[in-house]
Amino acid sequence: MSSSKKEFIAEAEDLLEESGRLILEIQDTFQTGLNPDTINALFRSIHTLKGLSGLFGHQGIADLSHALESLLDEIRLGKVDISDEVIRFLFNNIDILRSLVEGLGKDKEQDVSGHLKNIEIFRNSLAGKAKGPELKGIIDESLLMVLSEYEEHRLRANIQEGKGIYLAKAIFQLADFDKSLEDITKIIKSKGELISTLPISANVPPDSIGFNLMFGSNQPVETLKEVIKFDIENLIKTKDVGVVPQPQKTQDATLKSTTTTVRVDIEKLDRILNTIGELTLAKGAVRRIGEELIETYGHSPLVIDVHKISQTLEKRLAELQNQVLEIRMVPIGQIFSRLAQVIRKYSREVGKQIELIMYGEDTEIDKYIAEEVIDPLMHLVRNAIDHGIEPAEERKRKGKREAGTIILKASQRGNHVIIEAKDDGRGIDIQRVKEKAIEKGLLEKDAEFDEKEIIDFIFTPGFSTKEVVSEVSGRGVGMDVVKEKLSTIGGFAEIDTEKDRGTTATLTIPITLAIVKALLIRVGAMKFAIPLTSISETVVISRNELQTVEGKEVYNLRGEMLPMTNIGRVFALAESESEKSFAVVVGSGNRKHGLIVDELFGQHEIVIKSLGEYFAGFRGFAGAAEIGKHEVILVIDIDALIEESVIKQKTKGVL
Amino acid sequence: MKSILIVEDSATTRSLMRAVIEEIGDFNIVEAPTGFDALKLLPSQDFDLIATDINMPDINGLELINFIKNNPRYSNIPLIIVTTERSEEDKKRGMALGATAYVTKPFKAPELQDIIRKILNL
Repeated sequence: MSSSKKEFIAEAEDLLEESGRLILEIQDTFQTGLNPDTINALFRSIHTLKGLSGLFGHQGIADLSHALESLLDEIRLGKVDISDEVIRFLFNNIDILRSLVEGLGKDKEQDVSGHLKNIEIFRNSLAGKAKGPELKGIIDESLLMVLSEYEEHRLRANIQEGKGIYLAKAIFQLADFDKSLEDITKIIKSKGELISTLPISANVPPDSIGFNLMFGSNQPVETLKEVIKFDIENLIKTKDVGVVPQPQKTQDATLKSTTTTVRVDIEKLDRILNTIGELTLAKGAVRRIGEELIETYGHSPLVIDVHKISQTLEKRLAELQNQVLEIRMVPIGQIFSRLAQVIRKYSREVGKQIELIMYGEDTEIDKYIAEEVIDPLMHLVRNAIDHGIEPAEERKRKGKREAGTIILKASQRGNHVIIEAKDDGRGIDIQRVKEKAIEKGLLEKDAEFDEKEIIDFIFTPGFSTKEVVSEVSGRGVGMDVVKEKLSTIGGFAEIDTEKDRGTTATLTIPITLAIVKALLIRVGAMKFAIPLTSISETVVISRNELQTVEGKEVYNLRGEMLPMTNIGRVFALAESESEKSFAVVVGSGNRKHGLIVDELFGQHEIVIKSLGEYFAGFRGFAGAAEIGKHEVILVIDIDALIEESVIKQKTKGVL
Repeated sequence: MKSILIVEDSATTRSLMRAVIEEIGDFNIVEAPTGFDALKLLPSQDFDLIATDINMPDINGLELINFIKNNPRYSNIPLIIVTTERSEEDKKRGMALGATAYVTKPFKAPELQDIIRKILNL
């Protein structure tokens, strides 16, 4: 794909994402008091998309956004009322645009004539509205003639809402009027709606510029006079029409093109990170040379210099790495708002009323990881709507609120972001999962499993407790895909469920990929790396302290029975003879596990490289890493390893 | 060399207009992304022509036209309105305020070029 096309797709996707977010905001506020800036912003996004697609020669997208823009213009000018129907129509068209943009990536230009016709029909079906109050004779002609049609509509709307209409006359020095005008504009916007900003030069001292600022507000004149330090004329008095005061959003008009941000392809950042990774290896070598020099030549001045340089290098490299990682961070709210759109859309499709609550949208996460985590989350959420949340009737019978609730919550814990997707539906039928697992031969009939372990079976490939694949959650994609997708980014999912109380899926994902700190260990004759993020502690153990309980090897860690895995056995390596060994405690909560290893070598920064397609079927390894002196070692995938060992122990007894 | 001020909030349209205008000759073309910027640029040099959009946040094109036409220092500068076909009403108002001509977006290059040639007597 050409880079200009790529750029177009990226920008178009951004605009559509923003549009979707704005329509959501309109949906949430149109009955209680909509901020006209929101509709304007939506209009502008689509307008920009139209211009952009025209410029890049994507006629279909240009035509469709043009038609949509016309509809939005009518909404903006108050010629069309906002209703649920209009909002649904807008959502659908954003989806169509999105699929057209996606199609470009696959070099598909689609025929949009059908969609254009639909918009045409829809626009015709919406009856025109009366214009609202007459303005001539009430407001001075000279003020009216400079209003654009849109501003005139806003003036009418303000009068209809019973707001007072005011005219503030400000005079500023020509040299620095922009700053002063910006200040007063902000103040006015915090007290009401700025309708028109008219610059004037008559009756103004030389070197000055005057502004007539027309605004609507339901605040008392005294309050306005207090904050706006200029002459205020009251053109129309406030009327009490019993309107709920509008929540004022002080949203400054933004002009994206004048911001200082640049758009960078994530691949370019990847390349920088790779280079930093290589540098990290070189840095390790310099350090090693420094140490060897000390051993050979003692602390001579030159040796100390090398040592110092190596330290500076280390510090700066860490800074550089952090800075690049920071650039890649995006707030998870971006993902949530996309999910929100899907939730609204699907809940309507299946006829379930769902209230969505989001927390922690500001939590930051690597852009790449964010993109990788959206599909698993989408799947979980669809599952919740489809299977979790009961139909209204059933909920009523159970004494629940008719509308189901889905909570999306993000928070940071150390180097991980925890995302919870929680519903208040019927929960997972554990008995049914167990039966199914036995039926599929994953579980022996009388094997003892606790609930949590049984629920984990839903992550097994091809496992589905609903035989009917529903249009919404199904499409043949199972929970195994969720798990697989998460493990490629070093994350994992846990499910908590309670009958009739609901299900919570907790995703634990690393904040960032790229360079990780790892503990180097030895088992038999092999060295491995374990990412530090999965390790909680290491302890010295003696082999005879290991006990066997119900076929599982456990270790008594401060009174807690810690299940143990012998890495040597899992990977079929020569057993170690030594009595003294170490336990590396990994995972947390219910997934806590001990790994028996022979030796610990300490921390090392590693860049995990994929093992490539040839080894794709291998389980238990996250990849390979170079640790200097051209030595390559395998990096253990803790999650897969624990699972492998648990399954082996459970189904066939200890190997 | 003649100076032309383009007032338009869309960067895409601005660069498009610039390209179209540059095709007919050498001009000193100045771009203002907002009405604010236009007001700041006005005293900085003598413009021979101003082309402005109508629908812009804060100071709109009509307000700008009104300001220019009522200020003796600028009132002789010819003004072209460049706005969308939906803004019939806005165009009428702009012409009433003293604009010289209008072009409807999306415009064809020769259309804008002809109008500019006529106004500047090229």
